[in-house]
Amino acid sequence: MFLTRHLGPGGWWFLLAIAAVAVAVPYCNLVLPPAHPFHANSYIVSLLGKYLTYALLALAVDLIWGFCGILSLGHGAFFALGGYAMGMYLMRQIGDRGVYANPLLPDFMVFLNWTELPWYWWGFSSFPYAMLMVLLVPGALAFVFGWFAFRSRVTGVYLSIITQAVTYALLLAFFRNDMGFGGNNGLTDFKDILGYPLQAGSTRAALFAASAIALALGFLIARAVTGSKLGKVLVAIRDAESRTRFLGYRVEHYKLFVFTLSAMMAGVAGALYVPQVGIINPGEFSPANSIEIVIWVAVGGRGTLVGAVVGAGLVNYGKTVFTTAMPELWLFALGALFIAVTLFLPRGVLGALGDYVEWMRRQKPDPLAHIEAQRQARREEAESTEHFLALAAQARAEREAAPAE
Amino acid sequence: MIRFLILLLLGLLAWASPARAQEPDHRALVAALAEGGFSEKEAAIQAVAATGDPSLVAVLEAMGDGALYTRKSDGLVLIGEEDRRQITLIDPLTRETLETVGSREVERVRVNNRLRRALSAAIGAMTLLSPDPNVRSEAAQSVFRSADPEALETLDEALARESDDNVRARLEQARAAALLETDADLETKRAAIDVITARGDRDALSLLVALRASSEGELQEAAATGAAAIERRLKRWEIAQHITYGISLGSVLLLAAIGLAITFGVMGVINMAHGEMVMLGAYTTFVVQEAIRSYYPPLFDSSLFIAIPLAFLVTGIIGIAIERGIIRWLYGRPLETLLATWGLSLVLQQAVRSLFGPTNREVGNPSWMSGAIEIGALTITANRLWILVFSLAVFAALMLILKRTSFGLEMRAVTQNRQMAGAMGIRTGRIDAMTFGLGSGVAGLAGVALSQIDNVSPNLGQGYIIDSFMVVVFGGVGNLWGTLTGAMTLGIVNKFLEPYAGAVLAKILVLVFIILFIQKRPRGLFAQRGRAVEA
Amino acid sequence: MRHRSWGRHLSAALLGTSLLVGAGGAMAQETIKVGILHSLSGTMAISETTLKDVMLMLVEEQNKKGGLLGKQLEAVVVDPASDWPLFAERARELIEVSGVSAVFGCWTSVSRKSVLPVFEELNNILFYPVQYEGEESSRNVFYTGAAPNQQAIPAVDYLMEEEGVERWVLEGTDYVYPRTTNKILEAYLIQKGVDPSDIDINYTPFGHSDWQTRVAAIKDFGSQGKKTAVVSTINGDANVPFYRELGNQGIEAQDIPVVAFSVGEEELAGIDTSPLVGHLAAWNYFMSVDTDENAEFIDAWHAYIGDDARVSNDPMEAHYIGFNMWVEAVEKAGTTDPDAVIDAMVGVAVPNLTGGLSAMMPNHHITKPVLIGEIQDDGQFDVVWETSGLVVGDEWSDYLEGSKDLIADWREPMACGNYNTATGSCGGTVGQ
Repeated sequence: MFLTRHLGPGGWWFLLAIAAVAVAVPYCNLVLPPAHPFHANSYIVSLLGKYLTYALLALAVDLIWGFCGILSLGHGAFFALGGYAMGMYLMRQIGDRGVYANPLLPDFMVFLNWTELPWYWWGFSSFPYAMLMVLLVPGALAFVFGWFAFRSRVTGVYLSIITQAVTYALLLAFFRNDMGFGGNNGLTDFKDILGYPLQAGSTRAALFAASAIALALGFLIARAVTGSKLGKVLVAIRDAESRTRFLGYRVEHYKLFVFTLSAMMAGVAGALYVPQVGIINPGEFSPANSIEIVIWVAVGGRGTLVGAVVGAGLVNYGKTVFTTAMPELWLFALGALFIAVTLFLPRGVLGALGDYVEWMRRQKPDPLAHIEAQRQARREEAESTEHFLALAAQARAEREAAPAE
Repeated sequence: MIRFLILLLLGLLAWASPARAQEPDHRALVAALAEGGFSEKEAAIQAVAATGDPSLVAVLEAMGDGALYTRKSDGLVLIGEEDRRQITLIDPLTRETLETVGSREVERVRVNNRLRRALSAAIGAMTLLSPDPNVRSEAAQSVFRSADPEALETLDEALARESDDNVRARLEQARAAALLETDADLETKRAAIDVITARGDRDALSLLVALRASSEGELQEAAATGAAAIERRLKRWEIAQHITYGISLGSVLLLAAIGLAITFGVMGVINMAHGEMVMLGAYTTFVVQEAIRSYYPPLFDSSLFIAIPLAFLVTGIIGIAIERGIIRWLYGRPLETLLATWGLSLVLQQAVRSLFGPTNREVGNPSWMSGAIEIGALTITANRLWILVFSLAVFAALMLILKRTSFGLEMRAVTQNRQMAGAMGIRTGRIDAMTFGLGSGVAGLAGVALSQIDNVSPNLGQGYIIDSFMVVVFGGVGNLWGTLTGAMTLGIVNKFLEPYAGAVLAKILVLVFIILFIQKRPRGLFAQRGRAVEA
Repeated sequence: MRHRSWGRHLSAALLGTSLLVGAGGAMAQETIKVGILHSLSGTMAISETTLKDVMLMLVEEQNKKGGLLGKQLEAVVVDPASDWPLFAERARELIEVSGVSAVFGCWTSVSRKSVLPVFEELNNILFYPVQYEGEESSRNVFYTGAAPNQQAIPAVDYLMEEEGVERWVLEGTDYVYPRTTNKILEAYLIQKGVDPSDIDINYTPFGHSDWQTRVAAIKDFGSQGKKTAVVSTINGDANVPFYRELGNQGIEAQDIPVVAFSVGEEELAGIDTSPLVGHLAAWNYFMSVDTDENAEFIDAWHAYIGDDARVSNDPMEAHYIGFNMWVEAVEKAGTTDPDAVIDAMVGVAVPNLTGGLSAMMPNHHITKPVLIGEIQDDGQFDVVWETSGLVVGDEWSDYLEGSKDLIADWREPMACGNYNTATGSCGGTVGQ
């Protein structure tokens, strides 16, 4: 199967771990009695479920930042758009059980005196349509934005700042009550999904399992992309965009593809996030959130995919612990983490772990270590050149194979 | 009620007879000011006004300022000067200082807006004959607003004596306004309408619109014509008004962005902690003002002049420390600088929150920064005018430093070609630190200015960081003129959109405009020319 | 408590992400736990931190009096960090992990909306201390802040009668509280005979800081020959620049008074109020209220916080009332079991700080006096008017199309938060 071709042993272990989590947590929640020491209460289930969706989001960011060098400071926007699409479906499912018992309109529209559903809400009572929108809306936004930005060769920090402007503009727009998305309050008070009540333990467990599956799928897709020839071009773009362009690759097309894919993954993460936390509001668009996502990836180690997942888990777990135990210190800790990771762990926790393992392996002092290191560096450089040469040869072969235009 | 009527009668008597003999009645009049509900107090104020005795103005003024007290021990109504819960009581008629008591021993005479209006009308009517032309002008203004026909007699007397042209015009307008309230004949009223139309401001418009609604026939027509003329005039000024608002917003954006134009634009460091430098500048102002308040209050008006160099130093030094401690390890990795400085901004915010508390801190406006200047129908508030002046001064100073000093030369050399500059003997590390310090220091200066118009809270910087980046990117990185043009353009565009689209939509539209603009010109308005493929 | 939760998280970490230790029930029931759910960081910390301190003070005082049902109270503080989804998560943690008997918390409407399903699902009690837009009544929530009829409508009445205002600018921040309040006021004013062209409604974003255009527009609107007033539902941080711009452009309270519903002593602490003297605010409590209860409360607060300069405000009083009501209901029920306490709450009356007795009504709102205060130059309010009696909080406004037929009564047999008197049925959320 093409998805698993590039997985490698690490990847299999990772998938296995996710599968174990997907089974174990619902089991501990539903089957074990509350008195059992391993019983997981609903707080734990929804907390871990939230982490899983964050992990998928981090994976999406790692895919473009770690492998293609696009630092998006607006990925929270795609996450939130996916969340809003799901939220709109959930709002429509409330039906006439809202406080005003209006069969057609959500409560916030009733008190704004709206009489009919705006057109962009049409169709959201259908689950398949809503799921399509979860993918399409973030995807379309990413496509249009990427189309313009990559074609005009807006790169590096400019791109980052512009993505930030996009999410900021969306934040302001969604805050407006006139937009028809519930303004500052957002969408809330959900009742059920596909006919199952959201407050039931079994639904929560199912959503948790769905998040785990989505994460696993996202991981498989990301690995498949990065392991393929396409992935090699992406890495080339990351390391030397102009060089890759001069080799004859349409850089913007590659970037556009991976950016759109990543946005869709973020959208799915958002869609799974909303039913588990029970609310979606414009706060998710805030630029600070998007920057925080980037730090998850940086902490875990970018360009590793697994690292993104680990980073999302670690930082959010830290946030949960800190904001409960020492609320005043949380921002100090988070800020210090940003600084420390960029200064001391440029390759993240996973990278540092790898270095440590390497160091342990060569614990015996080797008098020729520095020579070996130099050789290693030279070898790496040669590999990189080879990488580009191979790409160039490939491109040439493709051009020659193609019929003359 | 009966007592009040008697007082009113006494007041009228006092007005009718020579002022000298009325001392004891004055005391009764003053006592009445503290009696009963707001309606009774209003009548008492009119009774005082009816005496026309300038010696009673001080009592009314004290009442308006909330400095009139009833002494609980004997019920006497006295003027009080409060100082830290201690009140020095002064006899309102004899002006002698009686005693100093605790705030619990007296009760303040309560006033509300209705009474304040009555008071200012009364004071106006009583001070029309004041020797000070400023007071007379103000009095005429009050009478214009109250349009009280009772004041006509005094107005005529004042007009007969008046020598100052400006005050005379004000008095004429007040007389015209009062005339409209009488049953004078049509011609007189027409003339009065003309006088008011010539005044041409919103107060005049308000008066004529009210007249238009309450009158009929030819008078109504005249009022309508006058109102329409004023409205046309105001409309003409509207564009100028939008531009001044836009320039003012632009100057705020310029101040917020100009430090970033140095750190980001010139050095290429994405400094997300820039907003926090602004915030620290504002807090420096707060600390300076606190110190002045507790040690030497008379210095308050010059507090900003002390705060400006201090804020520059404080944030500049912090900036140098940041550059030496963090940023210098990250040159060539701009995206990492972004993350590290963002982390730094969180730490700084929380540090300020822990030190000064999460709530807003009070930074006062010095007296020369309050109020407004009227040019035609244009209102320019003093604080915004000074901020504009200040931002342009900072801009000019920065230009001078960059173009006319050896530091500026070295700075430009290092940013253009670090290795070559190093080879020429420039200590690039030192220049980096100084440049970053300069950028941060300028951000601190912005903080001093922003403390005058915005909240001083730990979140202050966050509100400006995205706008600042937009300005710098829009204007073109590495070009101070671009930053100036960018800030002014965005400010004015925003202010022209706001009345039609609303504040939120205007801001969204400006953002979308910038996003599209960057697609068209990825290097901004004033792009630096070069041959490199990637900057 | 710190060590325990640390331990729990530590063990959670040790067990990987999968397995967790049992719920909080394992601890011996020596104390009654009270949850405090106020943001201590982020944008709302500015308002909410004070409320956390007040709650800690109230718990401490109650413990000095011998606790409750013979047990000591224990406050469990968590920080939802001004992040609305985090409010729901923290609420769940308080109830499920810490095992609290009641929670005092939330400030913004969106945070309350966020935690509401959690409280209904886990059947616990929330005391919500802030003035809000109404249009809600949950079995598990007790609203101790003002509903629109306890703040907005009396304020407008005052301006109409006392100041003779005929023209209205309804200026608000764009979120649900101003939207709803302005909608109610608009309907009310039109019913009172105000011409729709004499009402100007406008919204600005959160944290709006450049008020030049709006203040100029207000000046324009006010120069039409009729007495004009501004009803401000501007939120928090945007207020300081707004009042500064008003002052600088020369709009004085005597010309165009501004009555605000979100500006209290705490907000004024950040500004020089001398240009604002005469502008108004409507609340159910002012620090300047001269009663023995209030003096005692302020003294206790100053002693607790160790700073005589700290102010007290309306939401603090709401927590004071809510906490005392809960204590009394628990004593009445003889247990902290939420169902018993919820039933016992209705009808409980405790002294408020303005010299009256506030009672919990069947709609889970309380009775309060309405005070109109004028801003003084020392940052305090001088009460210029108050309602003659207490006003009952009206959860479903009579002036809104969607809710005029709705009532809430949580007593049996109705036990419904949105009973429609026109159709005779209980729609939407039915109490479980």
